[in-house]
Amino acid sequence: MAEQKNNLLSKNLGLIRSLIVKQKRYDYAFAGLGMFIIASLTIALLILFIDLVIDGYPRFTLDFFSNFPSRRAARAGILSAWVGSSLVLFVTFFAAVPLGVAAGLYLEEYAKKNWFADLIEINVSNLAGVPSIIYGLLALGLFVYGFGLGQTILTAGLTLALLMLPIVIVSTREAIRAIPIHIREAAYAVGATKWQVCLHHIIQYSYGGILTGIIIGMARAIGETAPIITIGALTFIAFLPPSPIGIEPPFLNFEWLNSGFTVLPIQMFNWISRPQLAFHVNAAATGAVIIMLTLLMNGAAIKIRYNIRKKIKW
Amino acid sequence: MDTTKKLTISPRLAKNFRRNFIERLIEFGLLSSGMIAIFITLAIIYTLVSEAIPFFQHVSIIEFLTDTVWTPNFSIKHYGILPLISGTLTTTGIALFVAIPLGTITAIYLSEFASHKVREIIKPILELLIGVPTVVFGYFALMIVTPFLQKIYPDLTTFNMLGPGIVMGIMIVPYIASISEDAMRAVPMAIREGSYAMGATRFQTAVRIITPAAISGIVAAYILGISRAVGETMIVAIAAGQQPNFTFNPVESAATITSYIVSVALGDLEHDGIGYQSIFAAGLTLLIMTLFLNILGHIARKKFSERY
Repeated sequence: MAEQKNNLLSKNLGLIRSLIVKQKRYDYAFAGLGMFIIASLTIALLILFIDLVIDGYPRFTLDFFSNFPSRRAARAGILSAWVGSSLVLFVTFFAAVPLGVAAGLYLEEYAKKNWFADLIEINVSNLAGVPSIIYGLLALGLFVYGFGLGQTILTAGLTLALLMLPIVIVSTREAIRAIPIHIREAAYAVGATKWQVCLHHIIQYSYGGILTGIIIGMARAIGETAPIITIGALTFIAFLPPSPIGIEPPFLNFEWLNSGFTVLPIQMFNWISRPQLAFHVNAAATGAVIIMLTLLMNGAAIKIRYNIRKKIKW
Repeated sequence: MDTTKKLTISPRLAKNFRRNFIERLIEFGLLSSGMIAIFITLAIIYTLVSEAIPFFQHVSIIEFLTDTVWTPNFSIKHYGILPLISGTLTTTGIALFVAIPLGTITAIYLSEFASHKVREIIKPILELLIGVPTVVFGYFALMIVTPFLQKIYPDLTTFNMLGPGIVMGIMIVPYIASISEDAMRAVPMAIREGSYAMGATRFQTAVRIITPAAISGIVAAYILGISRAVGETMIVAIAAGQQPNFTFNPVESAATITSYIVSVALGDLEHDGIGYQSIFAAGLTLLIMTLFLNILGHIARKKFSERY
């Protein structure tokens, strides 16, 4: 009787074992599939990037960075594009960062949990999902024609700032939320006001996280093309905006804000759209420059975030 | 009575008063920064609607939604948004066909199968890929992917929807993978352990337990992916041609809502002309589509966060 029972048990065990072995095959198959997909995606993208660099390689000379765009592909360069990109980003930075950090700080530290804070929150998450070209239309209707700013560096900088704002707000909030409550309580206990707590503690400790968001936002702004095309800024620019630093007092002038401009992705788009193959080489070289800039910036942001995670133990 | 004496406040109190005043001022400043988000939303709606109203005074909504030809800038004008919507839906469909399987499998693999070390390497790569500018992806679609497809299918024209659709799909994979993975990792360990304790394998746990448990997060990731694809501009503007074409055939060239806006903006814009107004009508259509998707995604995420 007992033997029979044992036999049955071992028979069942064997059944279960073979069942598990059979099921385990799916494990291996899926793990293999997952690895294969990730590897092939990475390799495909790597090939594309390498191809881009190889295509653009003949144009990686000093002249390419110091020449204006030209009708002759071999003499064309990206001087006006990279100067334009830097100036536009400068405007974007000073418009988006203070506003974004302030808004994030308000939502995390000041806002009471009521319908109004909810409203702001819903708006921020919604804005992050609005396609970039819609911001271009907003800028076209409001900045270019409504405020009469025209197709200038100021318009482009503000447009990109609108795009960057949700990114800065969200990353500021995430960084602040990670700070434990007892830091605030300790500061209040020694008599600090709310603003002192924010300025001396909250901002100090969330600095790295906020910086990460700013860099990611700026990297996105560098590559953003559609909104700038939409404001009508696709023109042939073979001049530089007036220099922001003058030789005479007051040494700073702001005429460059009202200057026409071009930026790197627009220059690239311009060259892709031409039928001549020689210009496609220029486009590839510009693309490689943009990719390297954005990869460097995003890489730096990821590194900073990683360091924070490793370093900070509350 | 000496009134001045009554008005002097102790220095400590005076300091407090100033302190409180500054505090209020700062709070007000921060509040106004927060309200910028509301202002931007209102400004977007106001700009699009106010520029689209003259358009809809000229064109009936019925014509806008049912006419199958879109030629606001030609001599014979037709104002049917359908060709732009068909282009948008076709490219989005191709992109999702690529991105959803690849993104989901990547997410399941990273969350349930990959070792800690592999995940630490792959996650940053995904984040890096999210940062690649779309104009570069457009270059890939036109210069590399389409010529490659032409080798397989020689009848393919230079401008088509297949190449940009596939590239757009590859672009969206990191978004879907990253967000779905977050959703799966948020499923409590106890649920996984319970499944393993019952003798389930990794694959069974991943597919039958974790995926259903994280489904609303995964759906939210899909919706975000769709919303990205619908609003994607540069890839289609570069590689799909910019001729509005009422077709769902991926090998034909077509314009999407976004690439139409770009093609008009590239030309000389006559301010207050019907061409100028038409891009705002197109933009309004796009905004409504993405808003609808965002709300769906929000609902999905809300449901997800209530789960545990």
